[in-house]
Amino acid sequence: MRTIAVARRILQQLRRDRRTVAMILFAPILILSLVWMIFDGDPYPTHVAVVNVPPPLINALKNLDVEVVVASAAEADALIRVDEVDAVLTFSGSSLMVLLEGSKPLARQSVMIALQQAVGALATVSSPITPEIAFLHGDLDLAPFDSFGPVLLGLIVFMFTFMISGISFVRERTSGTLERMMATPLRRWEVVLGYVLAFLVVMAVQVVLITSVSVFLLDMMLAGSFVWLLVITMLLAATALTLGMLLSAAARTEFQMIQFIPLVIIPQVFFSGLFPLETIDPWLRGIGTVFPLTYGAEAMREVMIRGGGWAEIWPNLAFLGALSLGFLIINIFALKKYRRL
Amino acid sequence: MIKVQELSRSFGEVRALIDVSMEVQPGEIVGLLGPSGAGKTTLVRILAGADVPEFGTIHVGGVPMPDLSALGGIGYMPQSDALYFELSGFENLQFIGALYGLSGDRLKTRIDAVTEIVGLGPDIHRPSHQYSGGMLRRLSLAGCFLHEPKVLILDEPTVGMDPILRRNLWRHFRAYADAGATILVTTHVMDEAEHCDRIAILRRGHLLAIGTGDALMAAAGTQSIEEAFLYFGSTDAVPDQASPVGEN
Repeated sequence: MRTIAVARRILQQLRRDRRTVAMILFAPILILSLVWMIFDGDPYPTHVAVVNVPPPLINALKNLDVEVVVASAAEADALIRVDEVDAVLTFSGSSLMVLLEGSKPLARQSVMIALQQAVGALATVSSPITPEIAFLHGDLDLAPFDSFGPVLLGLIVFMFTFMISGISFVRERTSGTLERMMATPLRRWEVVLGYVLAFLVVMAVQVVLITSVSVFLLDMMLAGSFVWLLVITMLLAATALTLGMLLSAAARTEFQMIQFIPLVIIPQVFFSGLFPLETIDPWLRGIGTVFPLTYGAEAMREVMIRGGGWAEIWPNLAFLGALSLGFLIINIFALKKYRRL
Repeated sequence: MIKVQELSRSFGEVRALIDVSMEVQPGEIVGLLGPSGAGKTTLVRILAGADVPEFGTIHVGGVPMPDLSALGGIGYMPQSDALYFELSGFENLQFIGALYGLSGDRLKTRIDAVTEIVGLGPDIHRPSHQYSGGMLRRLSLAGCFLHEPKVLILDEPTVGMDPILRRNLWRHFRAYADAGATILVTTHVMDEAEHCDRIAILRRGHLLAIGTGDALMAAAGTQSIEEAFLYFGSTDAVPDQASPVGEN
């Protein structure tokens, strides 16, 4: 009952604090939209040079809005070297050779999608073609563009939840209201649970709104189930919430709490998949395994890109769940600083 | 009702309370008087369960503190207002009441009653961030009467209030004590000390004297509490034990 009283009071406070509500709900959407405007605005203008390619395939590519330049092998080679075209398609015998320029993930991706669709369209009229792919620069190991959408989504949810919960708990400490609560028969776990309850309500609204906007409005790729995406994001938010509360114990002022944000958030940005880690030392890569965002982002990528479900993501969910529970219990003990009982 | 025995508490190098012993009986108002930094708030916080004794014991209603169930019978008014400014006065009281297990009509009745006592009237429904300092203090005070506690611990309850309101509140404290409650009030307003049955003078962590105002004045050979306070305060030789002055 007292837990509910705590949760209800926090929600009442938030309802009065319109700016914070706006920040929780709309700032993430604004950030996501901006990033998507940069990366996902208009379709990429794909240019390819074709050498010796049969007209049906050229037509199929043109139908997909690909700029096609018919060229000799030497001309095509010159064009791709100065980045005038994104790829050169060469037909020799029965095999199709694809040389990708390769420096821009987005160009590479759009060539591959166009080629796949064009070949697919032709498959009904001729024997199937398997393209052989080569790169002028780089190789397939470069992080594909799609992989960072889920990380970004996870990061934004984590950051805002961490910030809001941490700061509101610091305020509770600095204003003396925590001490007052602790001078009543309210139990320590009731305080922590009340907080978790209130913020889970807020986060549920935030998560549903942000993931819906990402998937349905910004057209982020979602191969798997939307429900799994919500589950992962909620667990990630729960981890951020309990961690925020915990670190707020080490902050004497709201300003000091703000200082935790770069410390907690930025390393997670670098080590949880937003940037390719394949090229760095394995032991350095290992740092990522301690960050909640790594597990959340990995699970989200699994669901959003590879269409995975419970079988693939349960270890990640279990880890995030255990982490949240662990932080929650430590929080209950950390309150002993305010009352021994 | 309140029994403090040989209580000591230090924070690092700072010894906030040294060997303090005192008792407050039901029906009695005891004023805790002392300059800032004397240890008043430390003592009051230990009584309210917010801090723990380092040495010595505290019993409230016969129960050694800190004790969760005993906290339900104590009304504690902290020095900081400790309110939620986003909420109205009413909503603040609703929350505090709920923490003491009040709900429904009973909570509503009690909120109306304490609002009346502190004279907030219709302002109770205004957002508390619009309140003046004195109004916030009154709201905070209202919060510790909600559950009709047997023991009241008030840390500078009347700071920032006008004289008329202050007199009314003291009348109310007196009526509340007459009904059987035990009240401990900290203050550094001397004329408030005159409303107390007994006065305890605290300085640098030592309880220097405890007794009725008249007894303290007699012992100090002074004409006013203020002079008595100055007398006890200027004595550099600090006694090992509080010297009980006169009778209870």
